[in-house]
Amino acid sequence: MIRIILGLALILWSGAASAIEIKELTSDGGINVWVVEEPAIPFVALEIRIRGGTSLDAPEKRGATNLMMALIEEGSGDMSAQEFQTKRESLAASFSFAAYDDTMSISARFLTENSDEALALLRQALTQPRFDQDAIDRVRAQVLSGIASDAKNPNRIAGAYFDSAGFGDHPYGTSADGTASSVNALTQADMFEAHSRTITRDRMFVSVVGDITADQVGPMLDTLLGELPAQGAGMPPHVDFALGGGVTVIDYETPQSVALFGHSGIKRDDPDYFAAYILNEILGGSGRESRLMHEVREKRGLTYGISSFIVPKLHAELVMGQVASGNDTIAEAIEVTRAVWTDLAENGVSQGELDEIKTYLTGAYPLRFDGNAEIAGIMVGMQMIGLPTSYINTRNDELAAVTLEQVNAMAKRLLKPDALRFVVVGQPVGLESTD
Amino acid sequence: MRRLFALALFALTSPAAADEVSTYRLDNGMDVVVIEDHRAPVVVHMLWYRVGSADEPVGASGVAHFLEHLLFKATDQLESGEFSATVAANGGSDNAFTSHDYTAYFQRVVSDRLELMMQMESNRMNNLAITEADIETERNVVLEERNQRTENNPGALAREQFIAAQYQNHRYGVPIIGWKHEMEDLSLQDALDFYDLYYSPNNAILVVAGDVQPDDVHALAQQYYGVIPAEANLPDRIRPQEPPQRAERRITYVDPRVSQPYLTRSYLAPERDSGAQKEAAALVYLADLLGGSPFTSTLGQALQFDTQTAVYTGAGYGGRSLDDTTFGITVAPSDGVSLSEAEAAMDAAIAEFLAADIDPARIDSIRIQLRASEIYAKDNVQGLARRYGAALTQGLTVEDVQAWPQVLQEVTEDDIKTVAASVLKRDQAVTGWVVATQEDAQ
Repeated sequence: MIRIILGLALILWSGAASAIEIKELTSDGGINVWVVEEPAIPFVALEIRIRGGTSLDAPEKRGATNLMMALIEEGSGDMSAQEFQTKRESLAASFSFAAYDDTMSISARFLTENSDEALALLRQALTQPRFDQDAIDRVRAQVLSGIASDAKNPNRIAGAYFDSAGFGDHPYGTSADGTASSVNALTQADMFEAHSRTITRDRMFVSVVGDITADQVGPMLDTLLGELPAQGAGMPPHVDFALGGGVTVIDYETPQSVALFGHSGIKRDDPDYFAAYILNEILGGSGRESRLMHEVREKRGLTYGISSFIVPKLHAELVMGQVASGNDTIAEAIEVTRAVWTDLAENGVSQGELDEIKTYLTGAYPLRFDGNAEIAGIMVGMQMIGLPTSYINTRNDELAAVTLEQVNAMAKRLLKPDALRFVVVGQPVGLESTD
Repeated sequence: MRRLFALALFALTSPAAADEVSTYRLDNGMDVVVIEDHRAPVVVHMLWYRVGSADEPVGASGVAHFLEHLLFKATDQLESGEFSATVAANGGSDNAFTSHDYTAYFQRVVSDRLELMMQMESNRMNNLAITEADIETERNVVLEERNQRTENNPGALAREQFIAAQYQNHRYGVPIIGWKHEMEDLSLQDALDFYDLYYSPNNAILVVAGDVQPDDVHALAQQYYGVIPAEANLPDRIRPQEPPQRAERRITYVDPRVSQPYLTRSYLAPERDSGAQKEAAALVYLADLLGGSPFTSTLGQALQFDTQTAVYTGAGYGGRSLDDTTFGITVAPSDGVSLSEAEAAMDAAIAEFLAADIDPARIDSIRIQLRASEIYAKDNVQGLARRYGAALTQGLTVEDVQAWPQVLQEVTEDDIKTVAASVLKRDQAVTGWVVATQEDAQ
């Protein structure tokens, strides 16, 4: 489930500040990129995203993309894993490679003074991975350890059930890490195959921020990424969330129950997406002032934290939330959560609440743009959901224009108390599975 | 080549941005630190108190953190929750955190809202108006926080046991969030006693970082914080110190919720002291050399590459601490390797490290990375603010913070070998095993 939350964070990042000058360009090799020149600090932040992600695992190869991405930094070209890392450390560059449900993510940070060497090393990792057998075996053992740990982690147990019951045979229905048996069966050939399916130039988004000029960026990217395959594997189909309303209790001996809850959601390109975004902020958004935080934590002391989030994934949409409470009190926390959900669906929000959240959201927006790494992350997120650079200047106006009627219509449309499913892991008192 | 490169890096990059930091002390004893960063119209306003969980009275563990929660309740001017609501209504975000040595409150807002933040933060320094009802509800919240962080997490429960064994006299042995049975009894009076004594300007440090002018900040600080009287009875910060440890301590924590067994070895170690940061700097290198990167560190190479003894190795050292700190090593054995085998391999690798010379290229590489980390750190002004705030509550000065990057650059192989020999002794360490069953602890 953490993967879903991470995906959400990326998408909600979609924003920017007025003082930032974004240059949008296409390299000779055809790579689109957004650039912000910021020479104040002598380093560059580079963000690359490739749509597809672990959902592109070939049939029977669950976990291949995840394992492959973990191996990218474990040897390439003529370097073993240790030689590669020794070289990277000597340059004081940092690279991170991550595989999410819908996205492959590559982040790099390197000093201006040795940028050529750092980029050559990154290029080698991306285009000439070795997938040596000893590296595969070593990282496979780490993945297997993580899979075993997830089986004893209440949050992971809840998430695994939620995904499996909700998405069935779709890739979203199983862990991107794979199972012990699927991971044990993966071969070196599977790694090369997963690489060619997911690290490709189609569906690629790039942003660069820092001590570099726009003129330098095009040739830099053509060298870095030009040799990657042009086209990746086909996408899986859209899937509807199949889990209906009710409660599922999964018995697990631990003092605090954790609950994951949700139902179907809304697409990111829905014309009323802003109304849904505002609605969720009031329901259980990032601020301390949400209705769920107020009712469950501030008034009743039932939890340390409760939140809700809209999850517009590439092939499915959800509205979700999570809460943890002692085994004696989780039933009450769920009852209050359901009541908040119902009240909001039936009665909507007040003009005062809407005005307050708009003030917060429009005021908070420019505060996101306070570092090279942050700006690079925001820009690549905007590109992934098809927003223009001008969105930075129009976003607050668009958000402010959303009316009370629109938000309350969205509350009726989006929030479905009867469809809300709570998956509870722990030993809750006074709470039983409904089916 | 690598040595030449290190020198080049030295010459090309400027030292830590000391010239962008201004300091000031108000007449009532409150310290003010201003860090300028004009790239974005944002400011971070942080108020740090030189008090943390290790300053709590015996029997009231958790009161420092509990009080931190209560500061978001009502004051004589603000309704309960109004502080955060006001920050949000201005587009900002706010929060607070508590450690063994400090309690800090911060807001991140557009820079022209700084005055409003000071107005509210200075108000809640002395004018909290909490009730018995607040106590009951918020005590349940912190108990649920403990549930979430600790009771539901076997690794956190194990760590609590290990730290308690490490510190037999110092209050670092008590968890920051508190022992559960003491948290359940925390009262309004416990909170108010702590608040009345420690929340005062002469026990506080204001750190303002971002798009601001130092003179403006000083004038505002004088207006809002400068008028609050100093606490005359503020005690000297003398805490019971840890006696020399003379015997190895070993603990096995058994919890069926553990999946991956692992072991930790934690040695008592010196912290950064004002004007004397050299030993701590050498320990930073030692942690990196022993277990910084799984690919290039001694333990990573010996246990993950030369042999497949472990799926994870790591070493860590937190030099910022008011009193004696710890140097820690963690090893998670591979499937089929017992904890005793893993520990023997770890001790063999440590012994080999102590006996051999250190590859100069490794030291150079760490030196380069530390130098570069100062460049990357400038991208995060809130991180810089935390660096100063924490240091000033933990016995260091602004000068110490600014000298630290250079102290790190000057560490030699001899410094590392000397500190390694004095710290890496099992008779001043706690070794902890974390397993699912007693059978796993063979």
